[in-house]
Amino acid sequence: MAKSTSSDAQMLIRSLRTAYAATPTNLKIIDLYVVYAIVTAVIQVVYMVIVGSFPFNSFLSGVLSCVGTAVLAVCLRIQVNKENKEFKDLPPERAYADFVFCNLVLHLVIMNFLG
Amino acid sequence: MARNLRHLGFLALICASLSISGAAVIRPINDAHRSAALEIFVPTDGSFGSLEEAYEALRTFQILGVEKSPEISHATCPVVVEKLGSSSFIPKDLFHALRVNSILGCQIDSRTFEDVASKLQAVIKDANSLLDFHYAVGGLLHIKDYGINVALLDTDGTFHSIKALSQSDGRWRYDSNSAESSTYAAGIALETLAGVVSLADKEVDQSKIGIVEHDIVKLFDSIKSYDDDTLYFDEKHIDASEYKGPLTTSASVVRGVTAFAEVASGRLNIPSDKMLGLAKFFLSIGIPGSTKDLFNQIESLSCLENNRVSIPLILSLPSMVFSLTTRDQLKVEVTTVLGSAAPPLTVSLVQAFRSDSKDTPVMENQELQFDSENTIHYLDIIPLKLDVGKYKLMFEISLHDPENINTYATGGHTSVMAFITGSIKIDKAEIGIFDSDPGNSETLQKLDLSRDSTLSLAANHLQKLHLSFHLTTPLGHHFKPHQVFLKLRHETNVEHIFVMESSARQFKIVLDFLGLVEKIYYLSGKYEIELTVGDAAMENSFLQALGHIELDLPEPPEKAARPPPLPVDPYSRFGPKQEIAHIFRSAERRPPKELSLAFLALTFLPFVGFLIGLMRLGVNLKSFPSSAVPAAFSTLFHAGIAAALLLYVLFWLKLDLFTTLKVLGFLGVFLVFVGHRTLSHHASATAKLKSS
Repeated sequence: MAKSTSSDAQMLIRSLRTAYAATPTNLKIIDLYVVYAIVTAVIQVVYMVIVGSFPFNSFLSGVLSCVGTAVLAVCLRIQVNKENKEFKDLPPERAYADFVFCNLVLHLVIMNFLG
Repeated sequence: MARNLRHLGFLALICASLSISGAAVIRPINDAHRSAALEIFVPTDGSFGSLEEAYEALRTFQILGVEKSPEISHATCPVVVEKLGSSSFIPKDLFHALRVNSILGCQIDSRTFEDVASKLQAVIKDANSLLDFHYAVGGLLHIKDYGINVALLDTDGTFHSIKALSQSDGRWRYDSNSAESSTYAAGIALETLAGVVSLADKEVDQSKIGIVEHDIVKLFDSIKSYDDDTLYFDEKHIDASEYKGPLTTSASVVRGVTAFAEVASGRLNIPSDKMLGLAKFFLSIGIPGSTKDLFNQIESLSCLENNRVSIPLILSLPSMVFSLTTRDQLKVEVTTVLGSAAPPLTVSLVQAFRSDSKDTPVMENQELQFDSENTIHYLDIIPLKLDVGKYKLMFEISLHDPENINTYATGGHTSVMAFITGSIKIDKAEIGIFDSDPGNSETLQKLDLSRDSTLSLAANHLQKLHLSFHLTTPLGHHFKPHQVFLKLRHETNVEHIFVMESSARQFKIVLDFLGLVEKIYYLSGKYEIELTVGDAAMENSFLQALGHIELDLPEPPEKAARPPPLPVDPYSRFGPKQEIAHIFRSAERRPPKELSLAFLALTFLPFVGFLIGLMRLGVNLKSFPSSAVPAAFSTLFHAGIAAALLLYVLFWLKLDLFTTLKVLGFLGVFLVFVGHRTLSHHASATAKLKSS
């Protein structure tokens, strides 16, 4: 049964990859951005684990900036995705403008908290 | 205490002149008063403030024989002339102006005097208060000295008006409306009545004068005295509105009584002791500090100097300390109150008492010899065989001329305190350390107490220190001084003082350390020994260091008293304080720099990965608007976002929140505008593409 399990896993991954290839490019860009933000956050957490959390505010602001921008990107993806019926009437430019604005506010707060 | 309250200002002055056992040291007026007068009466630019003060100063200088400076005349005469010449008059101003003029002698013509005389006579006719009478009559008396004929128009009436204000106890009221009578007013009234009598053109009725003499005798019944035979006058009620104090009141009465005695043809029936008592009162003040007090004192004494009742003679000692070593003589002076010569008289020392045996006199009836060159009565005290000590001497004055007995007041017995001092011999001094069992005299060392010694003794707590010596007066008697102290001072400056007792003609002390161990706080160590012997009658009082003694005492038990804390230097609180050690939070452990830089580089890696991923996805700028205006807006939009991010970097580096927010406000408005244009253009372009 192990073999079937592994082959089941391989089939699952292959189907996910083909399904993912079908997503529009702009959504892929957003996904890439999210991955980038999360990886940066993880690197900061690893650094904190190694050296200790002395300027804790700096650590928090760094991590929360990455996490916050990832969250905003996810919201943008939800709103821009054409298959999402809930946001059918929202023009994607409006969602993008909100994303830019919220990012600017987030980064202002982050910069203030950075110390 | 009530008496103290009354004579507050006075008691201070009198206490200052009290030297021994309550008796005031009375000296006649001398150069000290003259120099004090020059110091106290200081004119400002030649003038004294008011004519009354000018008169006080000038009269004091005149009596004391002090030269007055010419600028006083220059400054005061114009004021006098102006007051006498002015048409509106106040009797008080005229009175003071005339008094000052009688001393200064300003140039005033007789017409002015006649005008003033007529004004004053008008005042007398209408006056009803004592002070108006006083000023007018006094003024007329001064004018009379210039040869102008001033006769009182109605002598009897004036006399009667003034006399009507008198009370039965010899005091006077100020006017018929006031209810309280005053002794000060009595003095003024008597002076005024004397002036009325001397201004009268015909003889005043003798019975009237007799009535006033009777009043004077009643007034003298109210005289008061201090313990030391000084007599003074004071008001009955000290809370009266016009209370002036004993000096001013007594001065006023003396002035009035002596003035009246001049005009009364008979003799006033006042005992001479009272005049002497008043003179002693004025002299016992010493040198007053204020202008009014000095004036009152000097003027009263000048009235007493030549009065017709009895002239007081003052017996005083120039020095109260006589030394047997320098073979001093007992010197006594007898003068009048202002220091002038007395009539021929003899002084005899009636009795002399030692201060410690007040009942038995040590000497009686010695007559003093007279040195006419120095006008001093003297007596050699060496042949009298008087030992050192404090003495009370009683003197008596006997006048040579029997007629002078009524003229002069000599007083009965005058008592004076004096010291006889001499050099005390100290010998047979011995010091030694005994053990508890009775020691023998061989262990005692001889000591020479005429100079410091450097003994070095040692004792433990079971032994005793013995010190003894003899004190002998020049006449060979045993002497008991006031102070005989032995002081032990420890190295830490803790001191102990022991009084030495006198017994059987010697002074001896035995310090039993066993009993004293607690008193000395169990402090062992080196103690300096000092001996003090002193007395007022001893010319060679001394404080000698005798050396030191090492004391070996046992350990103090737990409950023993600690030695008293030594006095702390009071200025040490201004010195530097103890250093404060601050405790800082220890610095956090920081990571090594290389690690931080490595992770910094590591943080940029995902960004690189993001860019690579974007290129792999085939990111392009095809949707970028091509036409000019939308292109410009797009560029501006992206530039604005970049500017905002740059602003954030600057904010982190050096800007503060307020500046950032301000700039961000402007930038935000710009971005909103530009972004709206760009995005709406993009949206319309996308819709156009979709529909087509």
